[in-house]
Amino acid sequence: MTPATFVTAGHNLLSSTLESTPLLAQAEAGGPRGFVSFAYLVAAACFILALKWLSAPKTARNGVRIGELGMLLAIVGTLISHEIVTYNWIFVALLLGAAIGVPLAVFMPMTAVPQRTAISHAFGSIAAAFVGSAHYLLNTPHIERFEMATLILEMLLGFLTFTGSLMAFGKLQEVLPTRPIVYKNQNIINLSLLALAAVIGVILVFIPGATFLFPFFIVLSLLFGVLLIIPIGGADMPTVIALLNSYTGLAAALMGFVLKNKMLIVAGALDGSSGLILSVIMCKAMNRSFTNILFGAFGAVTEKAKSKDVYEGRVKSCNADDVAMLLDNARRVVVVPGYGMAVSQAQFAVRDLANLLESKGIDVEFAIHPVAGRMPGHMNVLLAEAGIPYDKLHEMDEINPTFEQTDVVIVIGANDVVNPAAKTDPTCPIAGMPILEVDKAHTVVVIKRSLSPGFAGIPNPLFAADNTLMFFGDGQKAIRDLINAVKES
Amino acid sequence: MSLESDIFVFVLATFLGLEVIRRVSPLLHTPLMSLTNAISAISVVGAIVIAGQHYAPDQPFATVAKFLGIVAVTAAFSNVVGGYLITDRMLKLFKKREDKK
Repeated sequence: MTPATFVTAGHNLLSSTLESTPLLAQAEAGGPRGFVSFAYLVAAACFILALKWLSAPKTARNGVRIGELGMLLAIVGTLISHEIVTYNWIFVALLLGAAIGVPLAVFMPMTAVPQRTAISHAFGSIAAAFVGSAHYLLNTPHIERFEMATLILEMLLGFLTFTGSLMAFGKLQEVLPTRPIVYKNQNIINLSLLALAAVIGVILVFIPGATFLFPFFIVLSLLFGVLLIIPIGGADMPTVIALLNSYTGLAAALMGFVLKNKMLIVAGALDGSSGLILSVIMCKAMNRSFTNILFGAFGAVTEKAKSKDVYEGRVKSCNADDVAMLLDNARRVVVVPGYGMAVSQAQFAVRDLANLLESKGIDVEFAIHPVAGRMPGHMNVLLAEAGIPYDKLHEMDEINPTFEQTDVVIVIGANDVVNPAAKTDPTCPIAGMPILEVDKAHTVVVIKRSLSPGFAGIPNPLFAADNTLMFFGDGQKAIRDLINAVKES
Repeated sequence: MSLESDIFVFVLATFLGLEVIRRVSPLLHTPLMSLTNAISAISVVGAIVIAGQHYAPDQPFATVAKFLGIVAVTAAFSNVVGGYLITDRMLKLFKKREDKK
């Protein structure tokens, strides 16, 4: 029996699993057990309700409230359990955590939400990894096999998600190249590293006392996290972030197994399944598999050869006045935003244009592709921030049948998600990817800096289509020019 | 026994999560991610125990463990606070057509 467990052993006499009784279970046994367990149960119920209420914008904010209530109960319940004997450092840590968390939430511009999300995944996963490590160090070598296996998995996921999320942050913040970083035998090297970490993990499961191996395990896990994410390109970040989200949740659930805390298991499982659903949605929206995204180094090579055949002599460029004239005769306009809108911070200009057109009696709607932007739902948040009512934001399946009745489509900063080659060219990298079928509209205006390819690295036949006009320029400036032109006409 | 019931809870919670989250509108997928992130930061309770429990004087690795616990409380709690705040901030932005001035 370890000294730590000895202290509370008196409370555990009823339990037959003396040596492996984990810390939190002791806390309950030693503390006001009834209250703490009850608080945890209520907290778990609150979390489920929080997610249920989040499903619709009307009730969503209540979901946040009940989630906060659950969290408060759980934290207070833990703090007053008898097992906590020193509070000084806990309060310092809580204050410090709040001092980090508040500015990250309050001052973060909405365009930077993907980066913030990546950072929060890093925080969540390192917390799980550190709690796991501490638990291991305190209880080694007396750890049951199953418990140790759970611990190893928790730490592996925690550490690799930590560095992986930092890499994702680097790519989203563009301190790292957003194009995939590739090297020779990449997948073989990466998977060997993972295998090595797994082997050390298995050894530790059977010989938990081999603490000298533990640092190697940590370093390998951290390194694998880095190598897993650097070959993934910027436009695949929605899937990657969702996947990392899932890992963070899974690590928390595993911590729940180790600490025999069902509330943690429930909260972790909810986060894990949420991340899983989002990544599946993202994969479907690109017609790609997890393996392709994780190991495909998608977007690494750009094909320049074909772009000349596609574009030459067919691209029609236009200016603000031409577009204003088109809009003047339009009755229904659909705006298709992409990551480019976020880059040029054009969402407020887009709102002004939408309001102006609506004041002229033109119906303006927005079409959002699931993978537009750098994380799931990114475009919706940006447009909502600009004050565009959410019932004007439409999902792909909902708006695709309406393009035929649309007079003008304005594509701003999107490329691959409107590329008809996905349907017509079975050999192209995005073949089979569901797209916004803007080519069916009467006229398409594409606001773009140049004819440069999108993330998939392929030319877009839409730009050369008969009913397409290219409006070259910076997104925000182009929209502002357009607003002036519409006002003058 | 405890392990079986833990697995039981995990499987049920996962299914429940899949069902509940499938119903979340794609409109709110970004706030969904920040909210689930805040919820999974409940791992702060595990960190609090590591940071604040009693350590016997001869407990090996006690200082390291305590340090890890304190860092974990900081990291997890920053997600608790930040996650809820930014989710609410985002949700406040979503307005219906009628609400418009």
